[in-house]
Order: sequence, then structure tokens, then C-alpha cells
Amino acid sequence: MHTLTSVVDGLVPAATLATDTLSPAGETVSGGIFSVAPLLVGLPLASAAILLLLGRRADTWGHWLGVLASAGAFVVGLLTFLRILDRPADERVLDVHLGTWIDAGAFHLDAGMRLDPLSLTFVLLVTFVGTLIHVYSVAYMEHDADRRRFFAYLNLFVAAMLVLVLANSFLLLFVGWEGVGLASYLLIGFWNHHMPYAVAAKKAFVANRVGDLGLLIAMGLMFAHFGALDFATVLDDPAAHASEGTLTAIGLMLLLAACGKSAQFPLQSWLGDAMAGPTPVSALIHAATMVTAGVYLIVRSGAVFEAAPDAQLVVVIIGAITLLFGAIVGCAKDDIKKALAASTMSQIGYMVLAAGLGPVGYAFAIFHLVTHGFFKAGMFLGAGSVMHGMDDQVDMRRFGGLARYMKITWITFMMGWLAILGIPPFAGFFSKDKIIEAAFIPTDGAQWRAWVFGTVALLGAGITAFYMSRLFFMTFEGERRWTTKRDGSEQHPHESPALMTWPMIILAVGSVGLGLVLSLGGRFVGWLEPVTGHAEHGEPVLPEWLLIALTLAVVVVGLVVAWRRYAVSTVPVVPPLGTALTRAARVDLYQDAVNDAVLVEPGQHLTRSLVYADHAVVDGGVKGLAHSTVGLGSLLRRAQTGYVRTYAATMLGGLVVLLVVVLVVQS
Amino acid sequence: MTLTHYLVLSGILFSVGAATVLLRRNAIIAFMGVELMLNATNLSLVTFSRMHGELTGQVLAFFVMVVAAAEVVVGLAIIVAIFRTRRSASIDDVNLLKS
Repeated sequence: MHTLTSVVDGLVPAATLATDTLSPAGETVSGGIFSVAPLLVGLPLASAAILLLLGRRADTWGHWLGVLASAGAFVVGLLTFLRILDRPADERVLDVHLGTWIDAGAFHLDAGMRLDPLSLTFVLLVTFVGTLIHVYSVAYMEHDADRRRFFAYLNLFVAAMLVLVLANSFLLLFVGWEGVGLASYLLIGFWNHHMPYAVAAKKAFVANRVGDLGLLIAMGLMFAHFGALDFATVLDDPAAHASEGTLTAIGLMLLLAACGKSAQFPLQSWLGDAMAGPTPVSALIHAATMVTAGVYLIVRSGAVFEAAPDAQLVVVIIGAITLLFGAIVGCAKDDIKKALAASTMSQIGYMVLAAGLGPVGYAFAIFHLVTHGFFKAGMFLGAGSVMHGMDDQVDMRRFGGLARYMKITWITFMMGWLAILGIPPFAGFFSKDKIIEAAFIPTDGAQWRAWVFGTVALLGAGITAFYMSRLFFMTFEGERRWTTKRDGSEQHPHESPALMTWPMIILAVGSVGLGLVLSLGGRFVGWLEPVTGHAEHGEPVLPEWLLIALTLAVVVVGLVVAWRRYAVSTVPVVPPLGTALTRAARVDLYQDAVNDAVLVEPGQHLTRSLVYADHAVVDGGVKGLAHSTVGLGSLLRRAQTGYVRTYAATMLGGLVVLLVVVLVVQS
Repeated sequence: MTLTHYLVLSGILFSVGAATVLLRRNAIIAFMGVELMLNATNLSLVTFSRMHGELTGQVLAFFVMVVAAAEVVVGLAIIVAIFRTRRSASIDDVNLLKS
């Protein structure tokens, strides 16, 4: 099967790499399927360019080109994946050299693609889920006059996301990083004629920018201490090139970048508002793929974090905070999309927590990322389907009893719901429970960490069960609370067309079976091992069976509480006042207020005082000079009477004065 | 009668001339004041010439007379020209310098 020509180009051959550490350098390959690997990025990028350049002329067929480009990228990704799967496990890290990118003095950077289990996992996830969501969007956006532009942006996103995960250097990764940020901005503000949506897009862009600054600073530090930005150099035993302090700084800056992109505390505020975008966008970008880029970055830079335990601890703390934060917010939201967004935030908190646990957690973080990509995208598409059938209603208090009217949506959503709850044998059980278990493993012998983070993860599972069940019951069970003629317009829920239901069905199948299939015999963990390294499983502070039982117990408690409150008893159409915590959670635990008070308002005060200083000092100085010149002039003008006699008198007086002076001086 | 008296007389004449120039409005009269000042200067020059026993002062007085004669010619011509255009010999009417 090894028909491709492998060229070992002076780099460390993958075969000699020990599998107990991250593989920093791969084999440089060319030929065979690897020569078409650039098509992964090329296809969607070309499609986006065509759709944007042709404009209205492509309106009739543009969406199908978008679907085709995404599907094409998936096929290329699948072929690459199969070819790599053929290779022995320790030869699965490959570099495809594309050419010299930057050659400036001592700094040399090649553009290239890193094909390894980690990047290919992302490639498959992004292109597969992406293609399904493209198909879904064909129907979902049917009545939108700008459907072609929508598909152009979606393709642009897929291309940028693939650049991000396939890059072989931090700088190229940054190109993709910015690209997905741009696509996210364009798609959140897709209906930008509606002012709040445009504002939401701007908010997401600005919050992301803060994170991007972190990545830039991290790259600056890498350049200063390593003199390079490619993964091969930087991630090859970083402790040998830089002190632990430097690596901690780099790690924290990378974490800042991850927080911005993945909506982690304290940069999480944009994700809820990002739901302003069309629902397929929320499913693809703000649930399945882009927001997980931060997790990718942390896992990819694992070598840096492992050499900086302090940064690693901060990663775990951020993940723990966010997973609780998102879960609490999710309990109070009545907007179905915002509740799902809070859930996304919380689930990514789990992934970040796992990624901060070191090699033990990397594979579980990525595993959960993949299963989450399926079930959350499926649920978002389900939410889109519900909105489609309910005249774009998003208030869950206005749903209820939809199970009978939207059977496919109901069933597929249920699969996603059971998956995120972690009910065996659905996907979430295998991925999330592993993270909870890993959180209970003491790191560096620190028992307190195991107890604290394990408990937080366990608690999060219970809250997750509560709010996801609440969402599910409020939407599909209980009595109908639809708007009637009296409220404005009567609603007639109906099932969505096949183009929308099929992607949901496929994602639901993934939500059911993916976890089991991938975890059989540690298949997925083994597949990622060339990148994440092999980690000996430590012993959790509690026995494994007890942890599983505890997790299931809190999940069932959460589910039953939600069942009693939202399926059995009546859900008021007008939200009740609620407790102080509910009220706080409704406004995202005051995160916007805090941001406003801490950042926005001081910033505005600063700009206002700068404007004032500009007017008063700079302008004042210039204008004051002009005014005093004019004043002096008008004062002197009075002396010019125009009478000859006055001038003669002045001359005489002057002469006399002069004479007196001369006499006085001489005497 | 000492030479000091001539100097005092010269000072008085100069002051009268200056006052005439500054106070009178009629251009002709003012012009006469100028002449008076010139002549007062001439008187001082001659007096000092005598005082020092030198001829420099007297030579200078001749120069002043020549210049004065030329000045009278030009000055009177200007006054006549102004009178012709403005029907007035008052120097206060000649205030074009004032905007």
C-alpha cells in the first residue's frame, strides 16, 4: 500500500520518535494523495471566491457549488485519512511542504501542512459536519435573497478552519485563526440590516481580537526565545530552549487566545450574542468547530504547557470556571439558541479542563470535542428546525408539546439530548465521563486538585442534565404554549423538509453510536497517541465504578428535577421573577455589566478625556496663539490714526526720548 | 548778549515751529512751521560754528537752506495737488493711510 514516495528531508524521521512525548517533527512527504492535500483548503476557498466574485449571477446554483466544495474537501480529507491509517502508528505524523513563505535574514519559515491524527480528526469533523450543515442550509436559507453570499461565507469559514488545523507553524495557524474570526463575524452579522445583529457581530469580533492579541504575544515570545514559529522547532522539547517562566508566559498567552476563540471565562460574553447569526452558523461555527479551536491550540501546544505546570493549572481553573458558568447561565435562558450557546460554553469548559490535565486529558478533550461536535450541531440544527416550523420563534416558553408535530426533529433532538447527558450508551457517556474521571486523577500527587476539579466536573454534569432536560421538555413535552391569534399570529408547527431532516438524522446517528465505536478498545485514544503521547493512566481518588455511578446519579437527579418542573407542571408563558441566581443567570451572571464597568466605560472615559485634552491643550494652544496675535494687532492698530500730525508727534517724541537717552548715557 | 541767547532763541523758534506743525490743520501753516524749525536749526548751526571758530556749521547751514528750498518746491506742489483734488488744504483730510 505504500506507493507514495516518502522523502525524509533532514527532519527527524517519525520512526525514531518516542511515543511517550509529543511528536514535534514529522516526516516530509510528497506525492500520491498528499499532493492533492492542499485541495482541502483550495476547494472551499475557490468556491467562496467564485460565489463572491460572480455575485447575483450565481444566485440560482451558488448554494450547490458551496455544498459540492465542502463535500469535495471531505472526500479529500477521507482519502488522506485512509492513507495515513495504512501507515504504522509511529509514522503517522507527516509534513507536506508547500514552499518557502518567509525568508528574512536569520528567520526562515516554510508554509506547509501538518497531517497527523490530530489535524485529520479536525479535518474530518469540520468537513463532515460542515457538509451536512451546508446541505441543511440549502433548505433553511431558501427564502433568503442572499443565500449565495451565505454559502460563500460558509465556504470561506471551512477553508479558514482547515488552514487553522492543517498549519505546520503558529504563524500559518494564525492566518486560519483570523480567517475563522472573519467568517464568524460575517456570518453573525449576516442579517446586518438588523442593528442588534450587527452589534453582536462587532462584539464577537472585538472579544476575539483580545484573544488574538494573546496569540500574537505568544508568537513574539516564541520568536524571541526559539527564533522560529514552526511546530517542529518550538514544540521539540521547549524546556531546553526557554526557561519555565518564559514558557509559562507563552502558555498563558496561548490560553488567552484560546479563551477568546472558545468563549472561555473571562472572554465568554460574545458567544450568547453570536446566536444572532442564522442557526446553521450557530451549529457549525459556534458549536461544532470554530469555538473548539482554542482546545485544538492548547492540545497542539501541549509540549509548552507540559513544561509550564503553572500555566497548565490556570488552564484547568479556567475550564472549571467556564463549565460551571455556562451551565448556570444555561439553566435560566429562555431563548433556545442562547441556552444551547451556554451549553456549548460549558462543554468547551470540559474540554479545556481536560486539555489542562496534560497528556492524560488531551485525547479525552479531543474525543469530547468530536462527539460534542456531532450532538451539539445536531441539537442546533434541531433548534433551527423548530424555529423553521414556528415562524422563527426562539422563546422556549412559547414552545411545548412539539413532539407530536415534528417527529423527526423530536427523535433526533432526543438523541443529542441523551448524548450530552451522558446516558450510556450514547456518545457523551464515553467522552464526558472520561473527562470527569480524568479530573479525579491527582496531578503531580496533588490530591486537592483531584477533589476540587473532579467535584466541579461532576457537579457540572448534574447541572448540564438539568438545563438540557429543561430545554428538551420545554420544547417538545408538556402542554402547548404557542402564540395564538391573540398574541399576534397563530403558529402551525410542521416538520422541516428532507434536506433539513437528513443532516439531523445523520448527526443523531453519530450522537448515538460515535462514542461507543470510537472508544472500543481505546481506538480513538490510540489513534491520537502519535500526537498526544502515551500517558499512563493514573488512579483516580475514587474507584472508577463509583465515579460512573455518581455521575449517572447526578445526571438522573438533574433530569428528574427538570421533568417535574418543566414537563409535569405548567410552564408559565411569562417568566416568573425567580431567585437572585436565576435573575443573574438570565443576564449572563452580569458578565456584560462587569465588562462595561471594568473595560468599556473606563475606555470611553479615557477617549472622552483624550478628546477633551485635544480640544483644550493642543487646539487651545494653536488657537490661543492666533487669538493673542489678533489681539495684539488690534491693540497696535489704535496707534495708527491716519493723521499725519500724530505721526509727526510720534516722531518728535521719539527723537526727544532718544536725545535724552543719549545725553543721560554720555553724562 | 552772549552766544547762549542765540541758542535759547533757536530752541524757542524750534519749539514754536514744532507746535505749529503738530497743532495747526492748515497745510500751508504747518509747512511754515517746518520752515521755522529748519531755520531754528540753521541758527544753532551758525551759533555753534561761531562758538568753535569753525566753518563746518555755516557750510552745513547752506546745505540745509538748499534742501529747504527744494523741499518747499516739492511740498508746495503736493499741497497744491491735494487742494486741487480735495478742495481743502486741511491735513486732517489726508487720512488715506487709515483704513
